[in-house]
Amino acid sequence: MTAAAEGSPPLRVAGSRRSPLLQSEAAQGFALISPTFVYALILLVLPILVVIAHSFWTQNYLTIDHTFTLENYRIALTEPIYRDLLWRSLYISLTVSLLTVALAYPIAYFISFHGGRHKSLWLFLITIPFWTSYLLRVMSWKVILGYNGVLNSGLMGLGIIQEPSDALLYNSTAVIITLTHAWATFAILPIFVSLEKVDRTLVEAATDLGDGPLRSFLRVTLPLSAPGVISAALIVMIPTVGDYVTPKLVGGKDGVMIANAIQAQFGKASNWPLGAALSVTTMIIVSLMAGATVLVFRALQRLAR
Amino acid sequence: MLERIQSERTQPDRTMIEIRDVTRSYGAFKALDNASLSIREGEFFSLLGPSGCGKTTLLRMIAGFDTPTSGSIAVDGQPMDGIPANRRPTNMVFQSYAIFPHLNVEQNVAYGLRRLRLDAGEEKRRVEEALAQVSLTGLGKRRATELSGGQRQRVALARALVMRPKVLLLDEPLSALDKKLREQMQVELRRLQQAVGITFVLVTHDQYEALAMSDRIAVMFGGRIAQVASPKEIYQRPVNRQVADFLGGMNFVKAEIVEENGASLVLDTLGFGRVKTDKPKAFVRNGGNATLGIRPERLRVLWDNATAKFEVAGKVVERHYFGEITHLIVEIPGLEKPLSVTETNDFGADDIPVGTSIRLGYDPEALVAMAD
Amino acid sequence: MTAIRRFLPGWLSSYAVLYLLFLYLPVIFLPIFSINTAATPKFPLSGVTLHWYEDLPRTPALIDATWNSLIVGVSAAILSTVLGILAARSITRYRYPGRRPINGLIMAPLVLPEVIVAISMLLVMLQLGLSLSLFTVVLGHVLVCIPYSMTVLTSGFEGFDRSLEEASADLGESAFGTFRRVTLPMVAPAIISSLLVCFTISLDEFIIAFFLTGTEATLPIYIWGQLRFAAKLPGVLALGTLLLFASFLLMTVAEILRRRAARRTQNEGGLYA
Repeated sequence: MTAAAEGSPPLRVAGSRRSPLLQSEAAQGFALISPTFVYALILLVLPILVVIAHSFWTQNYLTIDHTFTLENYRIALTEPIYRDLLWRSLYISLTVSLLTVALAYPIAYFISFHGGRHKSLWLFLITIPFWTSYLLRVMSWKVILGYNGVLNSGLMGLGIIQEPSDALLYNSTAVIITLTHAWATFAILPIFVSLEKVDRTLVEAATDLGDGPLRSFLRVTLPLSAPGVISAALIVMIPTVGDYVTPKLVGGKDGVMIANAIQAQFGKASNWPLGAALSVTTMIIVSLMAGATVLVFRALQRLAR
Repeated sequence: MLERIQSERTQPDRTMIEIRDVTRSYGAFKALDNASLSIREGEFFSLLGPSGCGKTTLLRMIAGFDTPTSGSIAVDGQPMDGIPANRRPTNMVFQSYAIFPHLNVEQNVAYGLRRLRLDAGEEKRRVEEALAQVSLTGLGKRRATELSGGQRQRVALARALVMRPKVLLLDEPLSALDKKLREQMQVELRRLQQAVGITFVLVTHDQYEALAMSDRIAVMFGGRIAQVASPKEIYQRPVNRQVADFLGGMNFVKAEIVEENGASLVLDTLGFGRVKTDKPKAFVRNGGNATLGIRPERLRVLWDNATAKFEVAGKVVERHYFGEITHLIVEIPGLEKPLSVTETNDFGADDIPVGTSIRLGYDPEALVAMAD
Repeated sequence: MTAIRRFLPGWLSSYAVLYLLFLYLPVIFLPIFSINTAATPKFPLSGVTLHWYEDLPRTPALIDATWNSLIVGVSAAILSTVLGILAARSITRYRYPGRRPINGLIMAPLVLPEVIVAISMLLVMLQLGLSLSLFTVVLGHVLVCIPYSMTVLTSGFEGFDRSLEEASADLGESAFGTFRRVTLPMVAPAIISSLLVCFTISLDEFIIAFFLTGTEATLPIYIWGQLRFAAKLPGVLALGTLLLFASFLLMTVAEILRRRAARRTQNEGGLYA
């Protein structure tokens, strides 16, 4: 390792006499990443800036009035329909992220601590469904929960219910179930990674110092895996708040979420600035919620000591 | 084949590598500070020092993986300025061995030959020969991932030697091996070098490795070369306390310079009295004081009525048993630090009780004067 | 206490099995009902038929959608893998200020709500006067594929010992020769794995294609359109089943290749880490 330590300090400032153009490591590294970086700037950063700009403008039939206004934000935050949609989206994404994390933790723990030789097989089995089309996974829940669906016909066949129930599909519970299933893998991986990093001798040390299995788990393993839990929660929470397909397919009237309203503004309603303001509002509120979640987790982590 | 290379060796004192005023700086930090060195043809030369002393930087500059900020390097009389690593007459054994994992042993060894466009028979012959040199005959088809640490090391050696370089560079080649294998490889490397007669430049932080294998050693600290000499001279006549310390235990005694002339020094010390010693070649006086050093194994316990021409008396305060030797800590009246003494256990040094008053004999030749 | 210790793994492994069922069960209903004779997906099955599959190749709109999906998938896979190679090589090989934030930006589409990413791109493309087509879909897919490509490739590049390339140069090989004889063979499995992963994602992706396409439909868009008609459900299930198996197959191959690449560089991780 001395080669790395002595031969290549972080920044090569001094020049090589051979190739003055490629003389610094920093310049080479930056040149190499710049096409990808520029691509992300043009197709991610620029679009988001354009959306933010639009949110301050007004739609005038087919043209856009570029005078600065906060009217769109007033509508987004005070109109009951949008307010309700926002609250429902936040409620659903928070519930889904807590559920996925709670369900994922034991399985991640199992694989990491008891997976043994089959660790990578388990991981593979768990990731595979995730690689199938999101649309198809949502569709299968529609098939399961529908009025004439698998669950109803199955329960009737077993004689548990007489009439098919219409309470299964087209409500926010159906959305929550579907999203919890769809994002499961996303929650398992970060938790698994952080559990893998927990030094096993620390758990042994806690046992040696008199902690039983439950106490050593609560005082050592759980706090040390907290970063994984937090990132799992965020990695589920932020994208689900803006989910479009699930509410559209299994949500019905009671399961509509903010993304459906945003899509409507860019589609049928054709009010881009309002759609933009709704997007920006959603992003800001979900960021605040994500921040709050991190703070709550940190506080809990401190209590665990 | 081996004899042929050996017989081709020219006059023994020809310079193979000439390093002149080489500095390598990274911003304000100087990894190498104005180093000059010349390495002879056919020599086993070691760059020895703690990590961060610049030894690896220097080696990588000889190989062409790093460029001096100023100064010049020549190999076999050819200035290496602007010559990239792939066109230098040097080959390297990397610390991590850098065995290509997607190739088998044979393909690894033949890697550099491919560029020479030898005919198939000749290439095969040279690969076999190189594998034989490192005792890997028959393992040519092994995958690189199936090799043990020692075997990987041998493949790395064969892969470099098959190129018949003018200089073979070795970057801490034994540091990844366990103690027993390391000692065995030290002997083998030394034998191999004598057989092929190629100039070897070894980087190491292990003083015993350097002492055991090298013809000459350069000891480096903080980017500077402190001393270049044969192992024996480095060990027995270190130029300063840092070098002395790095090469093993040494007792240091404060001394006052009474007289200095061309070849010798007269020093006054508290424990050893007035001493006349050879003046080291590189001795540069720094004020009126100097340090006198003596290795622990050069002090011997005087039993019963035995006497020595030069002796000091003291009391044993600690005793540490190490199997074939015992380490005694002896307090000498007048010396601020007690002396360390290493004594073989043949005469019962391991039975001397703590608190015993003893006398220690020494040879004035063993005393080394060092500048402060 | 020891009782709990012994009881826990048993309890945990049953939970793990149940969890796997929860993950797989919903997906398994697609193939089951795709061979059912009845048009509505309910138990008990009324009979087994391959009729719905036989109908698929006779639907011209479906053939078009398949071609569109293949074109988009191949283009997106190649483009995002090329951009992924550059970025992953830069991230794993060099150190420079701004490396982390740039990496963060490139990985961001992974965690942003897709609808918002899609409508933002839609706005810009309309502003730039690009007419919506398969080309704009490719642009969008490349953006969301790059993070996955990066993850696969970084795990292939990471443990890549720099001294391997130095050893090659030391043995006389030129920079291009080193790339061809050492770098490329070492990372080839990771590159192929990245191509497969990106192709699969593009093949299955719906939201971005939905917003950014003009009149041409990709397979998920075709499925979405058919979902309105209850009578067409079995056909959709059959098509969905084929897509499922394609994804399974592609991802399994990709994972095997990625592991081979990771083993070469003695590095674990990748999609999992």
